[in-house]
Amino acid sequence: MGPIGENELFFLLQGLKWTVLLAIIGFVGGGVFGVLIALVRTSRNRFARFLSSSYIALFQGTPLLMQLFVVYYGVALLGVDVNAWIAVAIAFTLHASAFLGEIWRGSIEAVPKGQTEAANALGLHYISRMKDVVLPQALKISMPATIGFLVQLIKGTSLAAIVGFIELTRAGQIISNQTYRPLLVFGIVGVVYFIICWPLSHIGSGLEKRMAKAVR
Amino acid sequence: MGYTFDFGAVFDRAPELFWGSLGTLGVAVTGMILALAIGILGVAARTSKNKLVRAPVIAFVEIVRNTPFLVQIFFIYFALPLMGIRLNPTATAIIALGINGGAYAIEIIRGGVESVSKGQVEAGFALGLHKTDVFRLIVLKPALRAIYPSLTSQFVMLTLTTSVCTSIAAYELTSAAQRIESDTFRSFEVYFSVTAIYLVISSLMMGIFALISRSYFNYPTR
Repeated sequence: MGPIGENELFFLLQGLKWTVLLAIIGFVGGGVFGVLIALVRTSRNRFARFLSSSYIALFQGTPLLMQLFVVYYGVALLGVDVNAWIAVAIAFTLHASAFLGEIWRGSIEAVPKGQTEAANALGLHYISRMKDVVLPQALKISMPATIGFLVQLIKGTSLAAIVGFIELTRAGQIISNQTYRPLLVFGIVGVVYFIICWPLSHIGSGLEKRMAKAVR
Repeated sequence: MGYTFDFGAVFDRAPELFWGSLGTLGVAVTGMILALAIGILGVAARTSKNKLVRAPVIAFVEIVRNTPFLVQIFFIYFALPLMGIRLNPTATAIIALGINGGAYAIEIIRGGVESVSKGQVEAGFALGLHKTDVFRLIVLKPALRAIYPSLTSQFVMLTLTTSVCTSIAAYELTSAAQRIESDTFRSFEVYFSVTAIYLVISSLMMGIFALISRSYFNYPTR
């Protein structure tokens, strides 16, 4: 058994950096595409709606790990020489866009219909109706679920470890193999995830309770 | 791009993928049953008046829901032998899935139990219904109906999570895929096909859950 010293902790910290970075990339990239998916999903064109709902069903009906594998090897097949972590970032962006798209579709539909009708009556066209009337309200409604998904995404980045990507969990695995202290190492890794995720979960459920009260 | 797709390598190993899929279903269903048991016991403890009973359940739920499943499974995989319990990877995977799903089940079931209003129960007694009928018709069925959608979608997610159990070499679809991949080097074809199989499995499950819901909860709400 080896000791867990400064070097080991520093290595974990470096892993943590990639975990945070992957989560941010996935969330921001997924957010941008997610808005588009949500808008297409609530559009009037039936074919567009069908396409976007298939996209969502595909990502919600398959394991994140498989999505990582398929994108990882799929990008390599395109012949472009991309390094591992661009492939992983693409996979997380696609994954997050499907889930956020579905969450935001629900929120857009939850905005009272009268709001859209009022915007139409005022002569607003689609873009400003969405941008100024519907989306700001939908954003507020979606906050608890969006934060909930962010927690899922942060936990999900751990799966990049299985593709060989050195983030927090993979760093823990490596140190555990070196020091033969799996319980201590995975305990520390678990605590680090908990410290990131727990406050977020609480903000999410706090918002949810506040909104439930506001509705009553 | 000069790559030629060759799904033949995948078709040749179809039996392995079939048994892997059955492994996934087996692990998932056993994990669900364990999760449901943990969920029901957990809710009983969570709603206890004794703080010493309540607190550990709350801590359990918070810890499990705020750490990744992969870290949990590693922790359990290495902790069990230290406690003198030696299990094969598949049994370990089932325990890990049960614990993970159980934490979510506790929260879901608690929400359902709380959703049944007291006035309904009192009204049931006022109508002269027997105690068991009040529980069965006024508490249990509406509560089940309230939690059914989130509980079943949690179960579908649990089924997809089984893929992570490949990290400890449990017997399921993803580990079968990884074996085939390392033999044939047809990485994309293998994972593409296996993703499709997962899609079929999860769609079937959702279909079955919807069917059960339609036949059991087929009364109007208002």
